[in-house]
Amino acid sequence: MSGNDALRPVSVRLERCGKTFADGTKALEPLDLEIAAGETAVFLGPSGCGKTTTLRLIAGLEMPDPGGRVLFDGVDVTALPVEKRNVGLVFQSYALFPNMDVRGNVAYGLRVRGMAKTEREKRVDEMLAMMRIEALAHRRIDQLSGGQRQRVALARALAVRPRALLLDEPLTALDAKLRDVLRVEIDALLRRLGITAIYVTHDQAEAMALGDRIVVMDHGRVAQAGTPREIYQAPATRFVAEFIGTMNRLAGRCESGRFVTAAGAIPWPEAPAGAREILFRPEAVRLAADGETPHLAGEVISAFFMGDHTRLFVAAGEAAPLVVEAAARRPFARGDKVGLVVDPAAVLTLKDNA
Amino acid sequence: MKKRGGLFWFQLGFTLLIVSFLIVPVILSMLAGLTVNYQSGLESGLTFRWVTAVWEGYRQTIFLSIALALASLAATLVLGVPAAYVLARARGGWARAIEELLVMPVAVPGLATALALIVAYGTWGGFRTSWTFILVGHVLFTLPFMVRSVLAVMHAIDLKTLEEGAASLGASFGQRFFQVILPNCRSGILAGALMVVTLSMGEFNMTWLLHTPLTKTLPVGLADAYASLRLEIGSAYTLVFFVMIVPLLVAIQWAAREPRARRMERA
Repeated sequence: MSGNDALRPVSVRLERCGKTFADGTKALEPLDLEIAAGETAVFLGPSGCGKTTTLRLIAGLEMPDPGGRVLFDGVDVTALPVEKRNVGLVFQSYALFPNMDVRGNVAYGLRVRGMAKTEREKRVDEMLAMMRIEALAHRRIDQLSGGQRQRVALARALAVRPRALLLDEPLTALDAKLRDVLRVEIDALLRRLGITAIYVTHDQAEAMALGDRIVVMDHGRVAQAGTPREIYQAPATRFVAEFIGTMNRLAGRCESGRFVTAAGAIPWPEAPAGAREILFRPEAVRLAADGETPHLAGEVISAFFMGDHTRLFVAAGEAAPLVVEAAARRPFARGDKVGLVVDPAAVLTLKDNA
Repeated sequence: MKKRGGLFWFQLGFTLLIVSFLIVPVILSMLAGLTVNYQSGLESGLTFRWVTAVWEGYRQTIFLSIALALASLAATLVLGVPAAYVLARARGGWARAIEELLVMPVAVPGLATALALIVAYGTWGGFRTSWTFILVGHVLFTLPFMVRSVLAVMHAIDLKTLEEGAASLGASFGQRFFQVILPNCRSGILAGALMVVTLSMGEFNMTWLLHTPLTKTLPVGLADAYASLRLEIGSAYTLVFFVMIVPLLVAIQWAAREPRARRMERA
């Protein structure tokens, strides 16, 4: 792509940014956050956790409560309204202008900047080619599918060479298959452009796939920020552990290098002192092989054949069943007795009141 | 072709009956305006005498009505569209209250509104005798129709997100309003404009109290003609009214059409 050398990503810093709405709702507790230039940060959390509010603070669509500051490359932009911040915005509802065709939409940001026509046309052509929507140039917006609309929205946002690209649940309105296709495309696009991107989603698979860093939010606070691997393998709080992926949990106590539960004992040499519960992912537990001594004994409640594996729900002395990914070779029925082996290297526990 | 049953012919007959019940008075009235003597019927022959008489005696009322309608349209556009925008963007309960209050001038009888205007401003020298006095009444009466129809469209499109999208691309408030908001409210503005023009053209209740002998509008003149002159002249007046208003309405429709559609028509 020619000319993208002019795209200079910025670092984004939030300092003590809280947000209380006019009706008194506290959407965001004062928050400090730094996003490096060129980084893709994903804000992840359930609805109402403050992730969209944080995005809107960065965009300039909301003002932080007094005392909060937003900085781009160290420069305070808190007082700049959205139209002066030069950030690209992509919305869940696309927000394309129905009164203009695809070209008109992509050209709009350049037009309001007063860019000369020839240069503008050239840039629009580049953008259409980049998003592979040249054929749609003269379509009306209501003649486009959801996936096409989001491509146009991306082309429109990137045409003005924004300092950062902000995406607010851009794939949520699309069906599952299209979501996967576009997710891969967006990922490739963000890597290629090297733009600072902030991506808001409630979908943890999307967050895992796209984020250099994931910021998990809950009740207006950052629950944990880290790489997808850190978030998945070492959740800092119970909320993160349960929100990201599936987490099995058993209560019990430590006893000479083993963790004893109602369903059996799991060897755990590195158990922290006083651990009262053990957590592990479905892929960290398997069915005991013939002749092997199982750690845990349980009874199959239900089994879902997934093709490459079978997902088992196993009752093991707790209210919540354990989720186990078993090889798909044999069929399972409700009531089958199974023995389970847990990988001691993949278990963890949470600090009290975390 | 499929053989049609008795029900079809019954329905067709019934529809034609209703249509003729509605359309015959209009045709008769227009014909009356062209008949030499309505009492003796069409045998008395056709003439443009009455139309000419109307044109000579009442053309000022026609011009005034058109001027009033267009001035009302201009005023309701300038006042009503921004008002609708503010109401659409405002979330508070007060905005909903104002939306409800806006229909008051429609619910209150025109005569009452007119009396209130006369009581309040009737002694303001030249204002009482000026045509702008009637304009104030017409704007009061038609403004809710403009605001409501624009507001309906603004509620239907995601106005806030559209505007945020435009702002993120660097558009100032003026650019957003004129390049994004207004074009996307076109259908509501057109519907409102048609209402305003037709309502202003036909308004009688209020205008009858507000007018002076020198500021007679078309409907007031029509009442005059029916009350004091021959039936044929009143009917010719109706005919002139139709001839004036139909092209005006078509012109407004055309002017508000999407520029693209217009270009394609010309091509």
